[in-house]
Amino acid sequence: MKFFKVIFLLSLLPLIATNKIQAQSAIDKVLNKGEIRGNFQIEAQYYVEDSITGAQEVPEDLRSNAFLNLIYTNGDFSAGIRYESYLNALLGYPEGYNNNTGIAYRFASFTQDKLSVTIGNFYEQFGNGLVLRTYEERGLGYDNALDGIRVKYKVAKGLTFTGLIGKQRIFFELSEGIVRGFNAELDLNSAFESLKESKTRVLLGASVVSKFQPDQDSRFNLPENVATVGGRINIHRGKFSVDAEYAYKANDPSTDNGFIYKNGEALFLQTAYSQKGFGLVLSAKRNDNMSFRSDRSEGLQNLLINYLPALTKQHTYNLLATLYPYAVQLNGEVAFQADLIYKFKKGTILGGKYGMDIQINYATANNIDTTILNDETGSRLGYESDYFKIGEVYFKDFNATLTKKFSSKTKGRFTYANLVYNQDIIEGKPGAATVFSNVGIADITYKFNRKSSIRTEAQFLITDQDQGDWATFLLEYSYAPHWFVAVIDQYNFGNDDSEKQIHYLNGSVGYNDKGTRIALNVGRQRAGIFCVGGVCRVVPASTGAYLSVTSSF
Amino acid sequence: MKFTKYLFLSLAVTFTFSLFSQDNGTIPSADVKKLDGTTFNTSDIDNKGKPIIINFWATWCSPCKRELNNIAEMYDEWVEDTGVKLVAISIDDTRNMAKVAPYVNGKGWEYDVYIDPNGDFKRALGVNNVPHTFLVDGNGKIVWQHNSYSEGDEYELIELVEKLNAGEKIN
Repeated sequence: MKFFKVIFLLSLLPLIATNKIQAQSAIDKVLNKGEIRGNFQIEAQYYVEDSITGAQEVPEDLRSNAFLNLIYTNGDFSAGIRYESYLNALLGYPEGYNNNTGIAYRFASFTQDKLSVTIGNFYEQFGNGLVLRTYEERGLGYDNALDGIRVKYKVAKGLTFTGLIGKQRIFFELSEGIVRGFNAELDLNSAFESLKESKTRVLLGASVVSKFQPDQDSRFNLPENVATVGGRINIHRGKFSVDAEYAYKANDPSTDNGFIYKNGEALFLQTAYSQKGFGLVLSAKRNDNMSFRSDRSEGLQNLLINYLPALTKQHTYNLLATLYPYAVQLNGEVAFQADLIYKFKKGTILGGKYGMDIQINYATANNIDTTILNDETGSRLGYESDYFKIGEVYFKDFNATLTKKFSSKTKGRFTYANLVYNQDIIEGKPGAATVFSNVGIADITYKFNRKSSIRTEAQFLITDQDQGDWATFLLEYSYAPHWFVAVIDQYNFGNDDSEKQIHYLNGSVGYNDKGTRIALNVGRQRAGIFCVGGVCRVVPASTGAYLSVTSSF
Repeated sequence: MKFTKYLFLSLAVTFTFSLFSQDNGTIPSADVKKLDGTTFNTSDIDNKGKPIIINFWATWCSPCKRELNNIAEMYDEWVEDTGVKLVAISIDDTRNMAKVAPYVNGKGWEYDVYIDPNGDFKRALGVNNVPHTFLVDGNGKIVWQHNSYSEGDEYELIELVEKLNAGEKIN
């Protein structure tokens, strides 16, 4: 507490200084180095009942999310807070935020030579995050920040140790469990003089993370401490790179895995090659029983300590992004992805006057192979898995995008995608049919002049399953640098039930000035990543009016 | 609660006084990754006394890519005429990080590109959404920022860079 008293008193000094002119210049020096930065956002939505879409009545009529970040930096010292308010949280946000306001994040940190210390809340990632990643995604209401202490120390050139201990944030509370972690990172080329000039760069990393949660279970004898260990290597030579990470988790019976005592593991491999006009990435991943939370009874996105990335393309076009996006299956999946980009040069047959780009992406995700052991009353290992076999299909996505400039005024982007989506597993709807769909999108931009332009999108998603065929039309007019207006309509024209052939029509207008942005949307919205007027964010489904004000300073 | 109280009070007081003494701020320090995976501290971003554009983007953000691709077509001229440097900060995380270098090379971008996989630099600069652009003058002071992208925004940006070079005040 002394530490904070000192900061507090120091910050009061200017008050005294106004009366003591001699002290003024010294204090000015300190203050002039000090900087305040931050950002603010308020979103408010007015909801109306919509019998056609089934959008429910919201008792409050109006709901609002808001936050303000303030970060003060003075040389090697920095401190910050975030005030958050959810009165009540917008539909689609985790309900745990409802009816809450307060300072949900605060930290102070300083760096002295090789040592860097953070107390309070912090976000940290070890390697690719397979053993630990705390992060925030405000648009989604995701925040698993640790509250505790983190120490980073540069032991030697190229070698850094990180140690941390804390409890994780869950809405406006902290987890019962305690998280402890240690990470070592070694940059071989910096560490060894003889490798300094080497064209091959090698990075090595190792981490240990353990959690503690008391065992109060009457049925099982649960491990109170569960550890994960991870190791990784990253090699980079000229146009090539290889990245590999492996993580292992000791037995961790939890709600996720049905309280089995099997160990968990994850493997993540990536290799990339690129040169001017060409790029290729190949990735593979296998995770088996690797959900790792600071509370074994939690589900959804709550209190996850680690991060298992999805190996599929993150789409932004409305139909691709909002209807059938893939979500990682924590209990087990095997995934592969290939991503290629190629540029046809200017002046070639396909390239034409301005050149043309093609991007091709193929991704698959399957269950791991499992053989059920039926050992509930014995060792409770649950199942066995053959590492080199794969199970049921969860998701497949083949997609290709062509980008072409036709003239100095007209540009186009054309996308085709073929999706296979296991709705039963991904959305947890037992018995729901797997969705097979074909998607075509044309995106044309026409510039009237340097300031004003118009962009249109026409999208079609054709499928025999689920809700049938969809179309989306978008018309967006922007007048740089301040204004945009847009109209988007999603139309479920192929729904078997003619009453459900609904138009989701939405109009928006926005104004940007420097770091401030104001946007108003009116109409119906489906859930998903919503990209209009130059910004992408995640929004839940609703009918009504939505106003957002965002400002960075 | 005491923790929060003191921190909040000290920040509030400091904030009030900083408003009077503050310039527009400098580039904060955060560790990001170079495309070869090694660590780079953002306080080392430098352009030898010439203006710097810092642009936050992601491989999954269409307007971001439109903006950087549009600028790429003119970037050679921009550099030649004004000496400006564009630093592109990708906020892609583990899911898409490996796609950054192939995308950048595939598109033939000549920017300085760094990756901020856990949002440390993004937070330090108070960025909410991408794309978000900052303009830094020759003395390392952040003089302007802009959130989002519309076709044609790049012309305003380069005009501002030219103003800076001519010694004019922005704002």
